[in-house]
Amino acid sequence: MYSSHSSHSGTLSTPAAPNFWQRLRRGLNFETNQTALALLLILPSVILTLALILLPVLNTFVLSFYNSNLARPERQAFIGLQNYIDFFTDNFFWQTIGRTAYFTVVSVGIELVLGIAVALLIAAQPFGWRFLRTAIIIPWAVPTIVNGTIWRWIFNADYGALNGLLFQLGMIERYIPWLTHPAGAMNLVIFADIWHSFPFVVLMISAALTTLPPELYEAAAIDGASAWQRFTRITLPLLRPAIMVVLVIRTVEAFRVFDIIYIMTRGGPVNGTMVISYQSYEETFRYLRLGSGAALSFIVSLFIAVMAYIYVRLLYTEDTIG
Amino acid sequence: MTQRPGLLQKMFLNVCVILLLIYVFAPLAWLFISSISTRAELLVIPPHWIPEQPTLQNYADILFPGAETSRAAQDFGEALGNSIIVSAAVTLISLVVGALAAYAFARLTFPFRQSGLLAIVGLRMLPAVSVVIPLYVILRDLTLLNTRTALVLLYLSFTLPFVIWVMTSFFLSLPRELEDAARVDGCSRLGALWRVIIPISTPGLVATGVFAFLLAWDEFFFALLFTSTPIAKTVPVAIAEFTGRNAIDFSAQATGGVLAAIPPVVLALIFQRYIVRGLTAGAVKG
Repeated sequence: MYSSHSSHSGTLSTPAAPNFWQRLRRGLNFETNQTALALLLILPSVILTLALILLPVLNTFVLSFYNSNLARPERQAFIGLQNYIDFFTDNFFWQTIGRTAYFTVVSVGIELVLGIAVALLIAAQPFGWRFLRTAIIIPWAVPTIVNGTIWRWIFNADYGALNGLLFQLGMIERYIPWLTHPAGAMNLVIFADIWHSFPFVVLMISAALTTLPPELYEAAAIDGASAWQRFTRITLPLLRPAIMVVLVIRTVEAFRVFDIIYIMTRGGPVNGTMVISYQSYEETFRYLRLGSGAALSFIVSLFIAVMAYIYVRLLYTEDTIG
Repeated sequence: MTQRPGLLQKMFLNVCVILLLIYVFAPLAWLFISSISTRAELLVIPPHWIPEQPTLQNYADILFPGAETSRAAQDFGEALGNSIIVSAAVTLISLVVGALAAYAFARLTFPFRQSGLLAIVGLRMLPAVSVVIPLYVILRDLTLLNTRTALVLLYLSFTLPFVIWVMTSFFLSLPRELEDAARVDGCSRLGALWRVIIPISTPGLVATGVFAFLLAWDEFFFALLFTSTPIAKTVPVAIAEFTGRNAIDFSAQATGGVLAAIPPVVLALIFQRYIVRGLTAGAVKG
């Protein structure tokens, strides 16, 4: 009844049974056949997704069972799980996992606490809160590579602003080569990452805070609940879905961290900031061991797939935010 | 939240605000100051917090290259152009392709609708490392290495799922009656999409587009691996290369940083409200 195209259907004269073209036309009638229209609309996206993500991922997966070394192409061979076994029995791999976990837990943990605190601060509407709310988005918008560049320059051993500031304040007697100590470098990279990423938490939590019902707080205030009680008994439980979403997104991002490591330390010093994405990159593009590089990247993917699953479940089981 | 805070509390909150603003702006201020300092002045110990001879020479070199402009500055100018072209193309394509798919996911019934959408979102989270080797081989065989076309294709792998996801939830939030009314009036399904849905979705499309642009502008990993000359290099790669050179020109590097940060920061400030909405619709900035 909605059809506006069928009027000029060409062949006429009372067909007894629909021929092929009529059946095709009916099949492609988007008014009656939603599936055909849907397929047409999603086809470009499906092709691009298949070509750019799914098939490459599967290809990488297959490659991870091969001994494939660009430096020795004649030795290419199927070796089953050997690449994985090599990593799982390799101390260095576990150290890398440990460093990646450290980076993830510490940076995401601090970002969450800082982000929630700042969101609550903005919600309390102190003097200048509107300006703060606008300004907070700036570090997030600064490109990751620029963020790394800024902090690398600030931490510079010879001419860095941090050394200059601490020296002028009399807190250090001589300049400190900040990024040359393995454990220290990791913490400084985390510091830089927090500056860039905590605004994301603030934005997400702020959005969630505006949806909280004010009546609850009024009731709690009447009942004599302290500020801390209101925070732990009302705000935190109500924010739980939003916090979970932020937690999963940031954990996935932090676990596959690459850009800021590349720009600030390149995995050094003495592998102090060697995280799993960076090791995978080195394995593949520096040592040209494609097979084991693929295995590493697949280990990252597996972990992220678990997180992605949790994330999708969260989105569908809880009415998250907004 | 509704209780009147005491004077002490108020002062504490104010101090927090000030400290936060310093934390946010001090690194950026230092980047800007470094960019307008001369190369020699940046190497003074202790540092000059306010440059004695501020100069815009670095900006002029990059934005208006002349015969004596250094190679690095010229390359950076080209990188800016590449970044703008690639990001704009990626944004446009992913908006068109993604919005059509999103409409199908939001409004039509077809097999595997739900699981298809979830698969697209889940795949989006995979790390770039896990797709990079096969894509490198394919693009090499297509002789597309070191081209902007390759970058546009590669960037679609993360902007497209993002656009589909956000626009689906946007379309779902629109009242179905609008379309139904148009179709009763004789509009076809595609007609209703074109004449009714797209016009009222402009805010959503703009916001999603801005976000996709930010994602593309920020991208580093693909650009690092798939470009090798100024023909296709983007801004993040150009900046990373400053650090790779033997004698680092901090002042030029800072200028590059400022220029790279201006477009996304300005966009984020203008579209702040939309961006928050995009984020809360389940977005991921990679």
